Amino acid sequence: MIMLSGIAAICMFAGGCAMLDVATQVGSAVGVATGAITPDQAESLQKTGGAVSKALERFTPENEYYIGRAVTATILADYRVLANAALNEYLNMVGQTLAAFSDKPETFAGYHFTAADSDEINAFAAPGGFVVVTKGLLRCCRNEDALAAVLAHEVAHIQLEHGIQAIKKSRTTTAFAVLGAEAVKNFGGQELADLTEAFEGSISDIVSTLVNSGYSRKQEYEADRTAVVILKRAGYNPNGLREMLEEMAKRLPPEGHGFAKTHPPPELRIKEIAPLLSDAPPMASHPGRQSRFSKAMAGI
Amino acid sequence: MKHSGQEIILIALIAAVSCVAVAAPRTLNVQVREACIRAAPSALSAPVATASYGETLSVLEEQGAWIKVRKADSDICGWMPKTSLTPKKVKLSAGEQDAKVSASGGELALAGKGFNSQVEAEFKAKNAKANFAAVDAMEKIRISAQSMQKFLKDGGLTPQQ
Repeated sequence: MIMLSGIAAICMFAGGCAMLDVATQVGSAVGVATGAITPDQAESLQKTGGAVSKALERFTPENEYYIGRAVTATILADYRVLANAALNEYLNMVGQTLAAFSDKPETFAGYHFTAADSDEINAFAAPGGFVVVTKGLLRCCRNEDALAAVLAHEVAHIQLEHGIQAIKKSRTTTAFAVLGAEAVKNFGGQELADLTEAFEGSISDIVSTLVNSGYSRKQEYEADRTAVVILKRAGYNPNGLREMLEEMAKRLPPEGHGFAKTHPPPELRIKEIAPLLSDAPPMASHPGRQSRFSKAMAGI
Repeated sequence: MKHSGQEIILIALIAAVSCVAVAAPRTLNVQVREACIRAAPSALSAPVATASYGETLSVLEEQGAWIKVRKADSDICGWMPKTSLTPKKVKLSAGEQDAKVSASGGELALAGKGFNSQVEAEFKAKNAKANFAAVDAMEKIRISAQSMQKFLKDGGLTPQQ
């Protein structure tokens, strides 16, 4: 009876609160009633439960967008955008079409692709949908299906939120704590300083992963598998991925920068995706596709 | 079996909560900046309407990664990707005050919270080398569903159904 009256009293007190709050309060009431915890401990537990329910559990697409913008701006400070409007338009045509076939067809402000004027074989996918591909990697593609494979792999990293996962837990904890505390007003000086520090740290974590350490092999293989799914959905031949990796293996300097440092060797990636390509037809050229590819890549 | 007054109150409360849960239509909120409501569950399908950031939509049905929604107080309905919608409140309704939302407990309007333009401005001030102009230029290229359809057709690409 004590327990029931406790729950009833809390239900009346809780009113329209979120269910998590109610659950915490009910749990506390039960704990007090059974003597498992003291009233003080129960009060503390209720406060903690309330704070958690009010805070974010994950970044919103809007947060991911701002993270992606800053990551890309940082990368494009070192990798100059290739001044070739026709090529960048073509990359967006292929890339945005592929993204439409992913499990995350829309991001906060859409997917956007650009070529970087660098001979290094590399590509970067930032949260929110920003993709940078170097001239060196574009040279590994002999047709549109191979190019589509490169872009689908990057879209897969975004769909799978690998960039966000590269952020150290301590940064997200800080950011979410500020949000929990400051949800109802504009950020003041200290909160903005804390949030900016967490933001800078997050950008640094992602850029460092993209440029230096790379994602885990597990994440790279996962992105390749997802890329095969996206390519098949869009109607591209997923053997384009194998063909591109074979070409990359020939061109990649063994101890070089870029993909050589941050990705598993192309030979291992080919081995991993092989079972997924068993039903794919052999590569065949389509005149319309090859013509627009050659035109866009001229001069690369 | 006799029930005490407190037990009756509890039962009545549980019943009231259940009724609300059953009667209220399920709604979701738009969590992307420019959302298209499409005629079919595909990003290549023709847009039938747009939905603004934070707009609340009624859920009609689900199909894989897509949800059929209806705009409030209208017959306009169509499909949106699941990932573009959230059960969490994104923006406050007109006339709703932050303080009021706070007092109701647990409700947090997400728009503009966390890493936002204000934080980006602080980051820019400290990182003059970061090339945001190039990112702004990237964002300007947007391909329409109609252009994608033509691109697929011209390239002899037949998407899986």
